[in-house]
Amino acid sequence: MAVTSDTLPTNRERVGTLAARISEPFVLVPILGWLVGALVAVLLEQFIGLPIARAFGMVRIPALFGILIFFEILSEIFVAFVELLQVPSMILMQLPDFLLFTLENLAKLPGVILYVLLIYILPISLVARLTVSPSNWVAGKLFNFRSWLSVLLHIALMYLILHIWTDVTDYRLLVARLILVSVIITLSLNVINGYMGEFSCSHPGFIALGAYGASVFTVGLFVNDNVLGTALLPETLARFMFPIGLILGGLIASLGAILVAIPSFNTRGDYLAIISLAFMFMVKSLFENLEVFGGPRGLGGQPDLATLPTVFFWTIVGIWIMNNFVRSTLGKALNAVRDGETAADAMTVNTRRTKFTAFLFGAFWAGVAGGLFAHVIRYVNPGTFGLQMLAEVLAMVYFGGLNSVQGSIVGATSIQLLGEALRPLEIYKWLVIPLLLIIVMIRRPTGLISFTKFDFTSLIKPKKEPGGEV
Amino acid sequence: MSLEGFLQNIVNSLQLGSFYALIALGYSMVYGVLLLFNFAHGDIFMVGAYIGLFVATAILALVALTSIVLPGWLILVLTILAAMLLTSFVGITVERIGYRPLRNAPRASAAITGLMIGIILETGNLIILGAENYSFPALIETSTYQIAGVSITNKKIMIVVVALLLMLALHQFVQRTKWGMAMRATAYDFAVVPLMGVPLNQIAALTFALGSGLAASAGILFSLAYPVLSPYMGITFGWKAFVAAILGGRGSILGAAVAGFMLGFIEIFVAAFFPSTLRDLIAYSIILVILVFRPHGLFGEAYTAQLRL
Repeated sequence: MAVTSDTLPTNRERVGTLAARISEPFVLVPILGWLVGALVAVLLEQFIGLPIARAFGMVRIPALFGILIFFEILSEIFVAFVELLQVPSMILMQLPDFLLFTLENLAKLPGVILYVLLIYILPISLVARLTVSPSNWVAGKLFNFRSWLSVLLHIALMYLILHIWTDVTDYRLLVARLILVSVIITLSLNVINGYMGEFSCSHPGFIALGAYGASVFTVGLFVNDNVLGTALLPETLARFMFPIGLILGGLIASLGAILVAIPSFNTRGDYLAIISLAFMFMVKSLFENLEVFGGPRGLGGQPDLATLPTVFFWTIVGIWIMNNFVRSTLGKALNAVRDGETAADAMTVNTRRTKFTAFLFGAFWAGVAGGLFAHVIRYVNPGTFGLQMLAEVLAMVYFGGLNSVQGSIVGATSIQLLGEALRPLEIYKWLVIPLLLIIVMIRRPTGLISFTKFDFTSLIKPKKEPGGEV
Repeated sequence: MSLEGFLQNIVNSLQLGSFYALIALGYSMVYGVLLLFNFAHGDIFMVGAYIGLFVATAILALVALTSIVLPGWLILVLTILAAMLLTSFVGITVERIGYRPLRNAPRASAAITGLMIGIILETGNLIILGAENYSFPALIETSTYQIAGVSITNKKIMIVVVALLLMLALHQFVQRTKWGMAMRATAYDFAVVPLMGVPLNQIAALTFALGSGLAASAGILFSLAYPVLSPYMGITFGWKAFVAAILGGRGSILGAAVAGFMLGFIEIFVAAFFPSTLRDLIAYSIILVILVFRPHGLFGEAYTAQLRL
């Protein structure tokens, strides 16, 4: 509209053209192509990653795309810098040493960048670009044959990539599982806070209920434990009974959610925030006082049941069910309640039932995620489910984006990855992450990707030439 | 429980309640005027306590240097006033950075920035001062009085009296001055009052400044009673005061004060009758029940404002 925008490209447009120029060759790459590229990349890393890493001067394969190493270098230089400043009289004497140290550390950087370029970026982009026509053809054929088969293939490929990627180190395995669990948690909170527009702070309580429910089930039945007594059933059965334990945890969390859901009929917004906060403290305090389950010392020794396939399976199922829920009539009622409760009531939306269902549903999935979380960490204690977890979970939801499945996935993944990647910064990590979140909140108050629809089947459709039939 | 024990508990809960009430007032004012959760408020309380520590140390050093004889209470008053002034600037800064850009955003987003500013304040403190705990200088000597078998220290009396005086001063300010009237008007209608020529930005800054000043005074009084400071002292205290503010009713100053004292009473008496590990569980259950029956808090009006999402 403005006259200047016709003549002078604004900054945003310039960035836009640059991004468009980079992404231009890849416009036609379907999801399948990217997945095949990623598969090639992780296979490459599996077979020739170590020699390449050694050739570039690293001891082992960089765990998180080299980000970890980058921040390690940064923090070492920073520590040296602080040491330099501590003795002002010696600055000139120490300066050459410091500069040498800095250069030595910086010299590690090109190797890391080259590694990432050689193992990840180049293979992925090359394979994706070169296989445009075959992958489009396969994706199209499959999609037209049976679309659910295509969905299954994509999910299987994703799992394969994740499996091979996490095969390299146990650290990656742990991080990947924690990310998957936090995706479920974030999405289930998004159902309440994003789709229904309440400000619920009770999620750590639900997670705790689920974690304890599932842990008591597995530890009590299958493990000889000095808190819960001897095993009642052979441990081989545990693998098959684990889903029952998770669902049990989810149901217990739902039961607890009734305590928050019923007051929510009359209260909204801030008062509900307090009620849910009180609920969270109550659950934490309850487990601290239940000596049967270990009290404040917590409950450990869960069997190693939350393997990558299990967690991946539950995450996919969780995303699938929650996405269907928010797209159903009931899910649309959630948005109606958020945008105007009285109006929704007038339009025959049963607001009480809607709120009740949403709370119980969100709590159920939080409980399932809690059960998985307990079996990934293999130890729970009440202190975990406190204010810090609340801040983390809220940050994931609001960073990723309200009312959006993609947003939840992006939010959970990026906050967890960031937390891991910034670990070398030690205490400064807790300056960087909050600052980043504040900036994101100020620039995009509803989160990175908010108010979207998530439709996996349309995502995996083959890409056609512009102008062609879609 | 004997009568002495009962009275002793009342004295103790009055002291605890004073801290809660002073912090809750800050929450409640920001909440009334801007409809925002200021989740950084608990950490402003912590910052206030630390600023008080530095001011007190500086004054003591100055006194030792110049060999002027100042009575302890005068140093305390000076410390409280200076710390309130300095901390109110912290509050204004927090408002400017974290809340003003988000004034028209969903309120939950502002809540997130508040939480994050709180974490930054804690971490910044930890980085600058290190992990060791500082102890607050004893500015006045403790003397204990025995009245009817109840032991009351002069500090306890002073804490309650100062807290009540500050609340009274705040009440007078809000009710009697032009700025107070502007604050009440903004709390009444957020959208129209700025059109009448009331500068919203200045009112917001004033609200944060007042709240932070009260939090700082609470911090210093708290460090008189429990003279060990830690960077994380604001977290639990802040959240509990937040609960008290909501319990009191939206933006109600009287409500926040009453609810703060009530929370103190509930906590002390629950701990007196039950095992102290059950304190949080029972205290929050009571609050839950109160909110179920009075959904708008003790002194709050029916909540009509739309959630701005």
